[in-house]
Amino acid sequence: MAKTIIEKVWDQHVVTQEEGKPDLLYIDLHLLHEVTSPQAFEGLRLAGRKVRRPERCYATMDHNVPTRNINVVSDPTAQKQMTTLEQNCAEFGIELAHMTHPDQGIVHIIGPELGLTQPGRTIVCGDSHTSTHGAFGAIAFGIGTSEVEHVLSTQTLWQNRPKTMEVKISGELGNGVTAKDVILAVIAKFGIDVGTGHIIEFTGEAIRNLSMEERMTICNMSIEAGAKAGLISPDETTVAYLKGRRHVPEGEAFEAAAAKWLALATDEGAVYDTTLTLDASEIEPYVTWGTNPAMGTGISGHVPFASDYSSASDQEALKKAVAYMGLEEGMPLTDISIQHVFIGSCTNARLSDLRAAAAIIEGQHVHPTVTAIVVPGSRSVKRLAEEEGLDAVFKEAGFEWRESGCSMCLAMNDDVVPAGERCASTSNRNFEGRQGAGARTHLVSPAMAAAAAIAGRFTDIRKVPVMQD
Amino acid sequence: MEPINIITSTLTPLDRKNVDTDQIISKEFLKRIERTGFGKYLFYHWRFDSKGNPNPDFVLNDPRFEESKILVADENFGCGSSREHAPWAILDYGFRIVIAPGFADIFYSNCFKNGILPIRLQQTEIDALLSDGEEQPVELTVNLEQQTVTRRDTEEAFAFEIDPYSKQMLLNGWDEISLTFQYEDEITAYENRMTN
Repeated sequence: MAKTIIEKVWDQHVVTQEEGKPDLLYIDLHLLHEVTSPQAFEGLRLAGRKVRRPERCYATMDHNVPTRNINVVSDPTAQKQMTTLEQNCAEFGIELAHMTHPDQGIVHIIGPELGLTQPGRTIVCGDSHTSTHGAFGAIAFGIGTSEVEHVLSTQTLWQNRPKTMEVKISGELGNGVTAKDVILAVIAKFGIDVGTGHIIEFTGEAIRNLSMEERMTICNMSIEAGAKAGLISPDETTVAYLKGRRHVPEGEAFEAAAAKWLALATDEGAVYDTTLTLDASEIEPYVTWGTNPAMGTGISGHVPFASDYSSASDQEALKKAVAYMGLEEGMPLTDISIQHVFIGSCTNARLSDLRAAAAIIEGQHVHPTVTAIVVPGSRSVKRLAEEEGLDAVFKEAGFEWRESGCSMCLAMNDDVVPAGERCASTSNRNFEGRQGAGARTHLVSPAMAAAAAIAGRFTDIRKVPVMQD
Repeated sequence: MEPINIITSTLTPLDRKNVDTDQIISKEFLKRIERTGFGKYLFYHWRFDSKGNPNPDFVLNDPRFEESKILVADENFGCGSSREHAPWAILDYGFRIVIAPGFADIFYSNCFKNGILPIRLQQTEIDALLSDGEEQPVELTVNLEQQTVTRRDTEEAFAFEIDPYSKQMLLNGWDEISLTFQYEDEITAYENRMTN
């Protein structure tokens, strides 16, 4: 019978199945960071348990790391959390890319870079954006700290089999329209909880044409549509990306692995529980105007009116969001001025993202009222960007060029947007207070963020001269 | 984990959709390495103004709901970040039950690991609980064994669904890892099968 990749990968990982119980699912790769792991390690210690398969774990520091000077952590509580991770990894024998390690970076950026992320794997991390790794055809999902402890002790999780959902992006994307715009459009159109209880497979011509880095952006934000996970069937693009990466087999073993990976792709005629479609040509560069990722629209649009919604609770939600964001109903998005630009996060801080932003700003200067920072997703991204001179492009344009980490995406370190100020951000969440108490976040693509940095307000990058060449 | 079965309490009505875990527990409180003590930070930026004074309009500051063990909210509660600090804060504050039309997957799962019962009810039932509960305190009795929520004022009883595994975990307060260790032979067999 024809199967989806979701069913194939799931079935391959079922350790045991019993009536009245979820499946006991084997976990191939467990990624860890400093924020959601300390209580799990402490749990192991209290119960006298050990880590079952330390070689299937990989840890890094990302949420708390400073991006100005990596040797100075201003907050002692943050420092303690990182020291605790170092001690835990040493005690339990887990490999760690610590704060100054050359492989350090945002956990969802370094997994693929190092070739730890591979098609057909089950991958978990105490972080909701673990869905990023689904770009390779892995089943990858975020878990809580109790589940982190469970995976450390048993290398498994009890999981109810999710439903399957296809999100098909047909046709071709227009000039200036990126992966970020696709996923923001999907969430805005179908809703912030459309994926609840499902694993989404993204399919269609527009998805096939994306690079691996762009596919990661799509899968990264599938959690913002409520999905358990998001993934894309492996193809030659996937295989080409993985070849030569550190943890990927070489030579004949690679060829054998590649054949297995390609065979995971969803079979012709396989049926999903739900299929949704979106025409790529309808998607514009997106900007969110509200306080969740579904509250967004194309750059040619405007902030909605309460009267656009039929239910009283939706009208109330719109009013609350607009008030928090300091906007007005009906306001064109291009009238919104910004004070901050953040190019970074596990959504959009890979080399291609930095290139896209740099292409927009080259030879121009950041608007005088704007503070703009670039936080590369990993030390590797930073090195590669510097090799091709992107750091110079950003610095000459007036951007700050920082060290890698999660940074202003959630503002656990010193990179905070002040209350009442507005940020064009390439990150994934525009929740109230996400980038700082009272801060206002607008989610956009790297190119749109770069254009906003220059103009001091949102602008349609399709009208920027460099995009018309 | 403390077992849970029958709980009677006034409900706290939190009439908001899509409450994300960033609101439940803000990032500045995630740096601690303990599991306890998060209750005072629950909904911090809704509960307190920028000077740390209680916001009188927020439901958690309403003295009528002080002793409440049951939080009722609108759809898609707990969306966003996987932070288990969110259920830790809810539990530490004193809630044992969260009722909503729907929950985000990770939050839903995290509740069971901490002895919190998340209950899905119909939207119309929730709408009534939220509006009536704001008007005057409404007392509910939740019975996990029978899978019912009963309103004391109207004596209406609502049935809810829960998977049998999660139900047993909560009723017994079991440690899931100890249970899984009973499957160690199966896990080892799986590992051998995959490497050979």
